[in-house]
Amino acid sequence: MEPKLDLDPEAIRRCRKAAGAVAESVLRFASERTTASIERATLRLIGVEGADADGVPLVNRVVDCDAAKSILPSGISLAFGKAMVATGLDASGTARAVADGKLDLGKAVAGEDEARERVAALARAAGGRVAAVAAARNAFLDRLGEGRRPLLYVIVASGNIYEDVVQAKVCVKAGAQVIAVIRSTAQSLLDYIPEGATTEGYGGTFATQANFRVMRTALDEVSEEAGRYVRLCNYASGLCMPEMASLGRMERLDVMLNDALYGILFRDINMQRTLTDQAFSRLVSAAGGIIINTGEDNYLTTADAREAAHTVLASQFINEAIALRCGLRPWQLGLGHAMQMNPNDEDMFLLEVAQAQMAREIFPESPLKYMPPTKFMTGNIFRGHVQDALFSLASVMTGQGIHLLGMMTEAMHTPHIHDRYLALEATRMVMTAARNLSEEMCWKPDGKVRHRAAEVLARATDMLEQVEAEGLFAALEKGRFADVARSPKGGRGLKGVHAKSKGYWNPVEDVLRDAVALPGRSE
Amino acid sequence: MSMTPTERPEAPKVEPTGPEPHLVKPYGDAMGDGAVQVSFSLPVPLSDESREAARRLAGKMGLTEPQVYHEADLGHGFSYFIVYGKCRHTVDIARIVVPRVAAAPMGFHEIDEFISHRLGRKVRVIGACTGSDAHTVGIDAIMNMKGFAGEYGLERYTNVETLNLGSQVPNDVLLAKALEFRADVVLVSQVVTQKDVHLTNLAELVDMVEAEGIRDRVLMICGGPRITHEVALELGLDAGFGPGTTPTRVASYFAQELERRWKAAGGAPVTR
Repeated sequence: MEPKLDLDPEAIRRCRKAAGAVAESVLRFASERTTASIERATLRLIGVEGADADGVPLVNRVVDCDAAKSILPSGISLAFGKAMVATGLDASGTARAVADGKLDLGKAVAGEDEARERVAALARAAGGRVAAVAAARNAFLDRLGEGRRPLLYVIVASGNIYEDVVQAKVCVKAGAQVIAVIRSTAQSLLDYIPEGATTEGYGGTFATQANFRVMRTALDEVSEEAGRYVRLCNYASGLCMPEMASLGRMERLDVMLNDALYGILFRDINMQRTLTDQAFSRLVSAAGGIIINTGEDNYLTTADAREAAHTVLASQFINEAIALRCGLRPWQLGLGHAMQMNPNDEDMFLLEVAQAQMAREIFPESPLKYMPPTKFMTGNIFRGHVQDALFSLASVMTGQGIHLLGMMTEAMHTPHIHDRYLALEATRMVMTAARNLSEEMCWKPDGKVRHRAAEVLARATDMLEQVEAEGLFAALEKGRFADVARSPKGGRGLKGVHAKSKGYWNPVEDVLRDAVALPGRSE
Repeated sequence: MSMTPTERPEAPKVEPTGPEPHLVKPYGDAMGDGAVQVSFSLPVPLSDESREAARRLAGKMGLTEPQVYHEADLGHGFSYFIVYGKCRHTVDIARIVVPRVAAAPMGFHEIDEFISHRLGRKVRVIGACTGSDAHTVGIDAIMNMKGFAGEYGLERYTNVETLNLGSQVPNDVLLAKALEFRADVVLVSQVVTQKDVHLTNLAELVDMVEAEGIRDRVLMICGGPRITHEVALELGLDAGFGPGTTPTRVASYFAQELERRWKAAGGAPVTR
């Protein structure tokens, strides 16, 4: 798309420079730490599956065992490798032995070299499996394609994965290109991943490995019927962020929401925990060819969209800077933003288009994730349908990448089957009607749109340089994002953070880093 | 101010516009036509039979002359219909009494002054979005400095001390924080809920507050799109507010209700 806003390249350069410094400081912090969830993800990637009789995942049993406390700073891998050698069992069998109390993880006697080699081989195999999953996706995309962008993204959230499948199939018939299974509302705060296919949830469906598989299998079937590859989306967020990313990679999820800042601000997850988790999970997604969706659009649900638009842009820069340094490529960055201004305000459409076009021009290779109106949605479904039409128009005329469909019943209930149908029908109509509008138009020099974009960019530049100067932790403490203030020691999950000891070893991380051409970290 | 704080507002008056002034039915473009639109999906594929089924269902809903104006095949065994018909039923509106929060509306400054002059000390308000609900839009609209619909939130009031615990707060945490904060008012928001879990949550909170022996010392208020004052009273809370409620409505209520209670008790409760 041709640039239309004459944005100041120097301001953009300053933003990237400041965001880069912020990212490096955050990633340095993360590189010096590990978390319970990173170690559990490591175990999952080398093949530990299953749960105990009470449904507690074996990876939790291993990482939470008494001996693990002193082991985690060095990483679980070596101790677990010794346990594998001592038991002669595979990864899941060894984990079960630890869970059953048949083996004390702290006392497994085995040669260190043999133990290292055992786990390193599993890590290499995991790397191979994951590459095969990514290759399978690419084969689908080469053969079937996925339709035009913006990709039409709809949610299913019945609580029952089998009901979700039915709804997803209906959505695909109506034109959906991405199916997101919304999680049960409190799942982000669970420090474990439930096991098995589930049929009960609140406000959504539990994210489990089995549920991922059920939905992916169903979508593969309808992809063939529809003649285009349908992407599956879930969440690599919350306390189990690295594990979710790992399961997503194994089960061929294509898009995953992944944003530590979102968890910190809106779920009160401890910032040390989730920023450390995020670095690992982004690495996992990077080599898996997963598109990550970031969550800065949510800032505008608490902060005012006119006043706080620059905080969204600033956060996009920070998310981009962190992601690129974790090995993600620009095409994998579904940077979030949203249409959240009061629809009764004069010229709000111009301001929203300015924001969307600006983001498009600043992140030209990234599939921006555009969120529909929610804040000013009322129970008036007819008005809501029109708000969503305006949103669709803004989206298609600014070349957005992933378009979340607005629902006329937003703020009322999880969508009914025809809510999605009507949304898809209307969105496709608007996008077809205005498909090439952008190519035919330019924005007036000195007009409202260019002014707005310049103003937002200038304010984002100031903000980023301020965040660079004070550090991201301090900025979060001062409530600079979303009007929400969080402290470095507050929130959920700090207990699961461990400073790495000198001999920390994680062969899975090394394989992952190697796959995206980042230098290894283990000694 | 036209009402004293404790006076109960009267039931809405209905102007006599039809042949039977107290009986109402839907109006399309002629008095008494009963015009109604409904739309729904059926879990069967689109066919002449499913279209007729949709029409007959509308008839069973109490609509005469039902007409299917639009239908669509949603695929995978589902069809969608938009149906119009004429409602044959009426409701006697004169007999309806809806419980509502009885408080004279006051403005931002008026409330601050009311608290300072009539209550004699600041009011402590704790708020939370409880249970699994992650949607803080309601509690923020009432509490955040910036407020909602052009009104400042409670944080802006000089004479209100606030503590907003945010989303997904378990009831026991809310109770513990309310004790610690010595809250006079507890605000609970329930926005997105499923399978009526908001009702269970609220009832559980009331039980816990009662078990703690402080029920008479705190004013318990809930709000959300599926909350009405009647529901709140049934659950044992003091007041409930539906969607679109602004901060002054909530503050007018708790200021006046606290005054009434504290007067009756001979002063503000002694806090631990």
